[in-house]
Amino acid sequence: MKPVSPFLETESGTEAGPRVPVSFDGRTLELPEGANLAAALLAAGVQVFRRTPVSGAPRAPYCMMGACFDCLVEIDGVVRQACMIEVTGGLAIRRPHEAHDDPA
Amino acid sequence: MTRRDLAIIGAGPAGMAAAAQAAALGLAVTLVDEQPRPGGQIYRDVDRAVALRGAILGADYGRGARLTAGLRRDGIDHVAGAVVWAIEEGFSILYTREGRGARIAADRVLLATGALERPMPLPGWTLPGVMTAGAGQILLKQSGVLARRAVLVGSGPLLYLIAAQMVRAGTPPLALVETQSRGDLARAMGHAGGALRGWRYLAKGLGLLAEIARARVPRHTGATGIAIEGEGRAEAVRFTSRGRAHRIACDTVFLHHGVVPNMQAARSLGVAHRWHQAQACFVPQLDGWGRTEMPGLFIAGDGAGIGGAAAAEIAGRLAALKLAEEAGRLSPEACDRQARPLRAAQARELAARAFLDRAYPPFAEALAPADATVVCRCEEVTAGEIRGHARLGCLGPNQAKAFGRAGMGPCQGRYCGLTVTALLAEANARTPDETGYYRIRPPLKPVTLGELAAMEDAAEAAQ
Repeated sequence: MKPVSPFLETESGTEAGPRVPVSFDGRTLELPEGANLAAALLAAGVQVFRRTPVSGAPRAPYCMMGACFDCLVEIDGVVRQACMIEVTGGLAIRRPHEAHDDPA
Repeated sequence: MTRRDLAIIGAGPAGMAAAAQAAALGLAVTLVDEQPRPGGQIYRDVDRAVALRGAILGADYGRGARLTAGLRRDGIDHVAGAVVWAIEEGFSILYTREGRGARIAADRVLLATGALERPMPLPGWTLPGVMTAGAGQILLKQSGVLARRAVLVGSGPLLYLIAAQMVRAGTPPLALVETQSRGDLARAMGHAGGALRGWRYLAKGLGLLAEIARARVPRHTGATGIAIEGEGRAEAVRFTSRGRAHRIACDTVFLHHGVVPNMQAARSLGVAHRWHQAQACFVPQLDGWGRTEMPGLFIAGDGAGIGGAAAAEIAGRLAALKLAEEAGRLSPEACDRQARPLRAAQARELAARAFLDRAYPPFAEALAPADATVVCRCEEVTAGEIRGHARLGCLGPNQAKAFGRAGMGPCQGRYCGLTVTALLAEANARTPDETGYYRIRPPLKPVTLGELAAMEDAAEAAQ
């Protein structure tokens, strides 16, 4: 079930394109292909993108233009800015700097 | 590796206008930009967004399409989605694109890296749900994503623009919490010809305010004591306006009190900056063409001092004329002649800007935050800790890094630098110029070993 998001997609928005599955912290989300990843995650109801390494405080996108680094996520072992990535099917996204319990 | 006559960093109004002008004068131009499509932040994704939601975004935004159209011509190579992490004198532009490092050689460089939101450290500004107003605009322009229950906090015309756009989209903000006072506007009007020079912006502002009023969005002006509250995310904004305490429950807070030059690339090249008192920020030292003291290095647009999109476009054209003259493609006489009408237009734009600067000054509480407020978001250093560094003898921001790690996180001081300079200057009773700014070194953006290795491979393959 799609969680209620503080954000809303307009009819002309990211929902216009076909949706592809990505995983965020083990949860599968259907996001619009080619959309800005940070915007798509916000619209899908993701509220905490990461926790700070200093105090563990929750963070989410702040500037949306590649300057603040608060939207950092981990994809394929590399920590990247979600606001500088486009959605592609199969992205496996995790919160960075967190211990991952791999069931495998 | 081919050598280009000119490399332009940034495809916003200044970079796009400069590219078109320089190419028209015969220069081989490479335009490098981080985003997948041209426009910069002000015209973000304009070619796609105008068709989808032009009516919400407004006519001024749509004008950006003129500039993107100007890029579709011979002589311009637009390298999109390229994150520049180093610029070396001479010039060599190092960047990452699609997971691979790459390099461009160019005789001349124009930095058109634009502006960043002025840091607005308030209690609670690091909570999820708190974003810059610019971020709110980017969400709407590029992605058609709107905040359902937002409060807009701060000062400046951008707040009115985003509020009006939200009204048009059918999700008006819950309230505007404005920090400027009636006195600020009166002073701006009273300033020699201020209202007259700024009339076009004033008229646009009044039109936006009328839209906001029709939608019955409450406006609270002269707000003080602003704090964002919430457990784990933004839940409310608390403030005092006209002697009354308010608390507005919300999910999203958009902050804005002006924009400041993005100095990272210029400072990494050693360009001298000076404090601009009226704009309360550092600006690079340039001549009237945007030339720095380093031969072949120019800066145009908001990165040279805040003038807005129209002024940035003009500055881009002016820089391109002088760059073409230096490259031997334009006579000095023709350069001066073509610059004349641009200079007249530039003077009009900058006079209007002086009016806006006075009418919407930065929020005093965010320029000198309370001790408990986090100022360095990355390393979570508070204003009180920076003041503490000063008591222990810390004079400048570079020393402050050693005292308490401010500015050493991934954003490299982009959202704390001006605050740390201001706090140290005040605590030590010195000027911002005496206090200085962080020393910026490459990589300007993180680069992975894999991306570097991919670049080495490319270089060997080319040999």
